[in-house]
Amino acid sequence: MKAFKQAFSVARKDLALELRTKESVNAAGAFSIAILILFSFAFDPFSEAIHELAAGLLWLTFAFAGALVFNRGFARELPNECLDTLLASPLAPSSLLIGKAIGVFFLLLLVEVVSLFVFGVFYNIRWWLHPGELALTCALASWGIAITGSVFGALTVNLRLRELMLPVIIYPLLVPLLVGAIEMTNALLGNQPFTSYEWLWAKVLIVFDIVFTSLAIALAETILVN
Amino acid sequence: MTAAIEIAHIWKYYGDYPALRDCTLSVAEGSCCALLGRNGAGKTTLLRILAGLSHFQRGTVRLFGTAPRTGETRRRTGFLGHGIGVYEDLSARENLQFFARIADVPNARGVVSGWLERVGLERVADMPVRQFSRGMRQRLALARTFLHAPNVLLLDEPFTSLDDRAIHMLSQLLVEARARQATIISSTHQLREAMAIASHVALIENGRLRFSGERTQAMLDDPALLYRLHAEPGAA
Repeated sequence: MKAFKQAFSVARKDLALELRTKESVNAAGAFSIAILILFSFAFDPFSEAIHELAAGLLWLTFAFAGALVFNRGFARELPNECLDTLLASPLAPSSLLIGKAIGVFFLLLLVEVVSLFVFGVFYNIRWWLHPGELALTCALASWGIAITGSVFGALTVNLRLRELMLPVIIYPLLVPLLVGAIEMTNALLGNQPFTSYEWLWAKVLIVFDIVFTSLAIALAETILVN
Repeated sequence: MTAAIEIAHIWKYYGDYPALRDCTLSVAEGSCCALLGRNGAGKTTLLRILAGLSHFQRGTVRLFGTAPRTGETRRRTGFLGHGIGVYEDLSARENLQFFARIADVPNARGVVSGWLERVGLERVADMPVRQFSRGMRQRLALARTFLHAPNVLLLDEPFTSLDDRAIHMLSQLLVEARARQATIISSTHQLREAMAIASHVALIENGRLRFSGERTQAMLDDPALLYRLHAEPGAA
């Protein structure tokens, strides 16, 4: 219970800092919307092909926008040696890592909500027909991106080229997660409810999230201190 | 008196360079040890090892009989490093409330207000830290360090940037901490202030502990005496 309280304190602090500085959410939001607008000029919004490409485009956009968000997660702790202060404090390393992921998760959801709205307007997609499935897809995939990004963000925080290194390390790991999210979103784009095929991918995403969250908690001390 | 901090035969290397060489130091519970030494002597490295932020190659470190990085040890420790460890875009109050929450300080709101008043920041409590002067930031960092009433205080040059009133305030805080049996290790170049508060003194030079023992009246009268007696002539 105390560990959760500490994690939510870290997330609350990160969200407060982000709302004040808007360092990453503005960049990620602007990037996502720019890509979606450019895409609308590149492809005819009324063609059938758009439905085959759109889910992939959306999740690649979110994954790249996510890099802008989770890159800042631990980098924010470098000025004034805040990371050292946190590591020497009573805060559990696992709570720090999970707290960071919760902060990234909410920022990613914010970017996704805005992007999905813009995408819906441009391509006449009625996202609201299956709100439960849409929320589940976004939540599972965003948590996967957030926790993986936070773990590797912590590992690379002291590297000089971390902005370059982090995406190179993370994207190969995110492949199963992104494939799952794309398959689930494909059904939503066709205004179809989930079939057993999409539910199978939902289970893959759940397993991915559980595995990376467990690894983050188990290895937090090693990742952050050693 | 039992030892709160025990360092035995510590060796720490940065690459091939030995930053600490076979250092052994014991600090009794409730005592205040002034860690002296010139720039690059190894004071910060030693404090970072005690705070569990730096690994060492040989030797043992114990705080109240346990390793520095256990949850219990971190709960009992207050660390002030070279960086002030506060967030520029949060206000002083928000910073302290965050650190109070993660340390599970009871009645955090009241405790934070009390500390803001104590360090003379109550009037600027809701201003972002980025608008603070260096001295104000240092006072905030001190409040952050003392906030959860730690049993062990590891202070790396705590007098930095403080004016005479703030130095007096910090001296008072250290005296009060000792009165509640807190153990203090403080590295500093402010010899006079350090000697006035310290019960013990340790001198470190080129990674070696040259002297450790009780602070004497002679050291109080002549704070540079220790350097003249124990430091290598012309050492960096």
